[in-house]
Amino acid sequence: MQLRQIAHTRAGDKGTASNISVIAFRAEDYAFLEEHVTAERVKEHLRGIVLGEVVRHALPGIGALNFVLHDALKGGVTRSLALDAHGKSLSSAMLSLELPDR
Amino acid sequence: MTKRTVRIGAGAGYAGDRIEPAVELAEQGRLDCLVFECLAERTIALAQLQKRKDPSLGYDPLLAERMRAVLGPCRAGGVRIVTNSGAANPFAAAEKVREIARGLGLDGLRIAAVTGDDVLDTLGPDARVEETGGTLAEIRDRVVSANAYIGAGPLAEALSGGADVVVTGRAADTAIFMAPLVHAFGWSMDDWPRLGRGALVGHLLECAGQITGGYFADPGVKDVPDLARLGFPIGEVDEDGSLVITKVEGSGGCVTAATCKEQLLYEIDDPTRYFAPDVIADFSRVTLSEEGPDRVRIQGGSGHGRPETLKVSMGYRDGWIGEGQISYAGPGAVARARLALAIVEERLRLTGARCRETRFDLVGVDALHGDALSGDTPEPYEVRARVVARTDSSAEASRIGNEVEALYTNGPAGGGGATKQVREVIGVASTYVPRQQVTTAVTYLEV
Repeated sequence: MQLRQIAHTRAGDKGTASNISVIAFRAEDYAFLEEHVTAERVKEHLRGIVLGEVVRHALPGIGALNFVLHDALKGGVTRSLALDAHGKSLSSAMLSLELPDR
Repeated sequence: MTKRTVRIGAGAGYAGDRIEPAVELAEQGRLDCLVFECLAERTIALAQLQKRKDPSLGYDPLLAERMRAVLGPCRAGGVRIVTNSGAANPFAAAEKVREIARGLGLDGLRIAAVTGDDVLDTLGPDARVEETGGTLAEIRDRVVSANAYIGAGPLAEALSGGADVVVTGRAADTAIFMAPLVHAFGWSMDDWPRLGRGALVGHLLECAGQITGGYFADPGVKDVPDLARLGFPIGEVDEDGSLVITKVEGSGGCVTAATCKEQLLYEIDDPTRYFAPDVIADFSRVTLSEEGPDRVRIQGGSGHGRPETLKVSMGYRDGWIGEGQISYAGPGAVARARLALAIVEERLRLTGARCRETRFDLVGVDALHGDALSGDTPEPYEVRARVVARTDSSAEASRIGNEVEALYTNGPAGGGGATKQVREVIGVASTYVPRQQVTTAVTYLEV
């Protein structure tokens, strides 16, 4: 099962870090997300993109996780040579993260 | 003096945003205040360069068009306007607003320019540059702008001084939304929980359509109605800072718990510590509830203290970028595009192009996320080869696009649609200054 089936995402940028929110469509799926969408899994899924540390912040009150991906934007919006210098499309890269079937 | 509920509309989420949704808000939003957020980090540096060329410019190029569209309906409805579209030149922007208001016959309209964010002349050579870990002296000759993020205080003062339109430069995005709340409710500037909720209001509204269904749609999974007529948000804020996000009835888009959650976490690091000039806000205990169609109630924001210093965003000249692109299609398209990239790479080496950094992409294959995620997908029908490089001069940068364009007659078969571009890079770096180093001023103009 892909993450897309139970959660939605949005990416933003701050300097050379990207943040990606992972939000459960249904509150009852939050615990499953918390268990399986770990910082380690995200770092592995986005290998080659995130060069630095991945930090996860939990927001159980809204059924969401916020991932901060350090050194993911190769110089940041103003300097990067990348087509998507903001890394805005990383939200969609996150959606293909594989989760265990339930 | 204090009101029960204040209605704030977001009229723009960035400098180039649509104008009709702001007009719709001005006419039908029953607003107290319409706020335009038009200033990205780099925009103010570019505006500063423009001001150097022409001292009467250096503000948002769309300011005049926006004001022509909304000043009339705002005056008619008693809606005040706050905007950071003064960019590098708030006073000139205020004069422009006065000129437009005169043309519209809006006698007595009061406009305030809030200045003081420009701190370039006050920074010493020892100022620490966050991004490099070095000092300002190392990049000083290339710095074109330095603007402190100012808070809601001087903007609220302008509203209390009777301004119908408040124009400023590098106020924080959240501050331009907090100002009408501080003014209307008389919040104390050390009431951290309320200021934290005010920052939350600003954070939720600052990207305008991004909370009413813009940047949300994913057909079949997350559908949004009528995006071509997307309505911009209204925040109905109570005296304690809790709010309902809604929009004009009949406008496009949607306000749901899901659209609000995505915006709540947009560009957020640690949700317990969201830094604004006036408060360190805490979004970690926020809760949302849908209380009707396109109505989401948001509660639980807070704040604790404020930063000792103010952040300063500096723009500096950081070399040049040259780019070229060309497309290939049909059977063998990807192989021909890869050959095109290899040819340009070799040409740049053979001709001694001086590039500090280069990048070779196949748009449609690996340009956005690289090999790791796109490796096993089937070959596309068409693909665009993209070469981009960082150089020290405009002349060197122009060689990149020229080499790509030359693939027409010297490269693989069937290349089409070549484009080339050269642009100067204005990098952004930051430093922090003591609050007392930033002195703001409010100047009033009257029609």
